[in-house]
Amino acid sequence: MKQDRHYPERPDKVYFFGTCLVDLLYPEAGIAAMELLRREGVGVIFPHGQTCCGQPAWNAGYREQARQVARAQLRCFARDYPIVVPSGSCAGMMHLHYPELFRDTPEQAQAEALAARVYELTEFLVHVLKIRLTDLGPPTRVALHTSCSARRGMGVAAEHEGLIGQLGNVELVEPQRKEECCGFGGTFALKHPDISTEMVSEKARLIAETGVRELVSGDCGCLMNIAGRLGHQGSGIRGRHIASFLWERTHASDE
Amino acid sequence: MQVTSDFQGRCREALNDPQIRRNFRFAMDGLMSKRRASLGDEDEREGLRARCAAIRANALARLPDLLEQLERNCTENGIRVHWAETVQEANRIVLDIVRGHHARRLIKGKSMVSEEMGLNHFLEGQGIECLESDLGEYIVQLAGETPSHIIAPAIHKNRQEVAELFRRKFPDIPFQEDPEALARSARRILREKFEQAEIGLSGVNFAVAETGTLCLVENEGNGRMCTTVPPVHIAVTGIEKVVERLGDIPPLLDLLVRSATGQHISTYFNMISSPRREGERDGPREVHLLLLDNGRSRIHRDAQLIDTLRCIRCGACMNHCPVYGRIGGHAYGSTIPGPIGSVVEPQKEGLARFGELPTASTLCGACAEVCPVRIPR
Repeated sequence: MKQDRHYPERPDKVYFFGTCLVDLLYPEAGIAAMELLRREGVGVIFPHGQTCCGQPAWNAGYREQARQVARAQLRCFARDYPIVVPSGSCAGMMHLHYPELFRDTPEQAQAEALAARVYELTEFLVHVLKIRLTDLGPPTRVALHTSCSARRGMGVAAEHEGLIGQLGNVELVEPQRKEECCGFGGTFALKHPDISTEMVSEKARLIAETGVRELVSGDCGCLMNIAGRLGHQGSGIRGRHIASFLWERTHASDE
Repeated sequence: MQVTSDFQGRCREALNDPQIRRNFRFAMDGLMSKRRASLGDEDEREGLRARCAAIRANALARLPDLLEQLERNCTENGIRVHWAETVQEANRIVLDIVRGHHARRLIKGKSMVSEEMGLNHFLEGQGIECLESDLGEYIVQLAGETPSHIIAPAIHKNRQEVAELFRRKFPDIPFQEDPEALARSARRILREKFEQAEIGLSGVNFAVAETGTLCLVENEGNGRMCTTVPPVHIAVTGIEKVVERLGDIPPLLDLLVRSATGQHISTYFNMISSPRREGERDGPREVHLLLLDNGRSRIHRDAQLIDTLRCIRCGACMNHCPVYGRIGGHAYGSTIPGPIGSVVEPQKEGLARFGELPTASTLCGACAEVCPVRIPR
C-alpha cells in the first residue's frame, strides 16, 4: 500500500499532532515520539491550540460537528510542514477522511493540502527519516498489536514490524489472529460492550499465550483496551506505545 | 439501568451459547483460510477486484437501460418477465403463476430474494408446499429456522446437531452422524420431491442484459434440478443483479466463487437462456423471471449508498467480520446478516427495525479488505 505514496526529503521541521489519548492517558508516548524525531535532527513544533482530529463525531455520522473540531486543526497546522501523528487511527482520519469531510466546503483545498502532509509516526520514521535504530536494551520478547486503522487504513503494519525488527535484542512474537480487531472501535465498545468484551478477552488471551512480558502498539485506543483487559485477567504483561518502546530501548540513559 | 435492545439481547444470547460460538469460529476460520489460499497472488487478486468493481459499477450506472434490455432479450428468448415493486407484489405474482398451473408443490433452489419475500411462509399460508432443496436450506427448513449465512445457511449447526435433527424428523432412517450419509439421506428424500413438484424456483446470481441469460452458481446440482426438472421454472432476483455483457461473467464468476468458498470454480454453473425449445427433450416448458425492487431504486438514487448494490452475495464480508463471527447470523434478525446486511437492511426495511445494525461494527475494515467488488470504495 505504501508504495503508492510519494515521500518528501527529510525536512528541517515537522508538526506534531499529539492525539487525545496520548495527551490524556499516555503522555510519555508523545514525548518519546518527539524525542525520536529530534534525535534524527528534525525540529518538532507542537502547536498548543491543537485538539482532536474529529474522528468520534465523523464515525458517528455527525459531519458538521466533526468539521467544527477539524477546523481547529486546519488553523493550527497551517504552515507547510509535515504533520507526524503517533496513531494510525488519527492519522487515518486526517490523511484519508479530511478531503471527504471538507468536500464542497470553502476549506476543501486547505483540508486536502493538510491531508497530504499527514504521516503516521512509524511511516514517517521509516520512509522519510529512514531511521536506523541501535538496540541498547536487554533481550526480550514482545507482541505487537497493529491497529486496524494502521493496518488497513494507513497500510503501515510492515513499518511497525520493521522498526521493532531493527532492535537486535527484541524477539517479535506473533499472537494468533494478529490481524483481528481488538474490539475497541471507539463508540463500538460503548454501544456493544458484550461483543467488545468478548473480542478483547480473546485478544488478550492469545497475547498472553505467547508468553511475552510486553505488548506494543502504535495506537493508544487498542493499547488501553488490550492492556486494560490483560490487567483484569491478572496478567503481568505491560502495554506500551511503540514510540515509548523504541525510545526507551535506543537512547543512552544519563543515569 | 441500561435498556437492552432486542438486537443486544440476541447478541448476548449468542455470546452465551458456546456451541454457536464454536460452530461459527470453526466455519469462518475454514472459509477465511480457503479464500486466502485461492486468492494468494496479490496482483491477480487486486486486478480482478478492480475489474469486477468496475463491471458492477457500470451496470448500476446504466441500470434502467440494462433492465429494459434484459426484459427485451429475455422476452425474445421466451422467458416471461415480471416486475414487482414490493415483496407483497412479488409473492402475489408467484402465487398467480402457481395457481395458473393448479400446482400444489413447489421446489426451491437457494434464493436470498425468496427469503426477503418470506415466500415459503406466504405460499404455505395458501396451502402450497414449498420445499427447500439446497442441503443447508433444507436443514434450516426442517429445523423451522432461517438461514444464518447467505451462502451457508445452516453454518450455525455442526454435524451432530444435524444428525440429531434428522433423527427427530425421520425416525425411520437409522441414526447417522457421517456428513456423507446425512447428505445421501437428504438426497434420497429430495429426489422424490423433484419428481413431484410442478414448479421449480431459483434465485439468479447474474442476469445478462445483452443476451437475456440467467446465471446460477451452485455446488449441489439441486439448482440445475429446480430449473430443469419441473415443467415450470420461476427465477426470482433483485433488480440490481443485471450485468451488461456476457463477457462480464467470467471474471465475476471467478471472483465470486473464490471469495465465497475458495474453490477454483463452483461444481455447477447454469446459464438459462430459454424454456424448452421445439424438438428439445428436456427443460421446463415455461420460464419466468421476477425482478424485485423492494427499496433498491431508492438505494440506487442515493449517491453514497448506490455502491452497496454492487454486492454479488459472496459472503466474504461476514466470513471475515469479527462481530459476525461472534454473534452469528441470527442475531442480526435480518434476511442478510453481517456487514453488508447491516448497510442494506436498514435501507430496505427501515431504520426503525434495523437502524441499530450499523453500530455493530468496530470499523476495523476487514470486510472492505476482502470485498470482491470493493464496497464501500
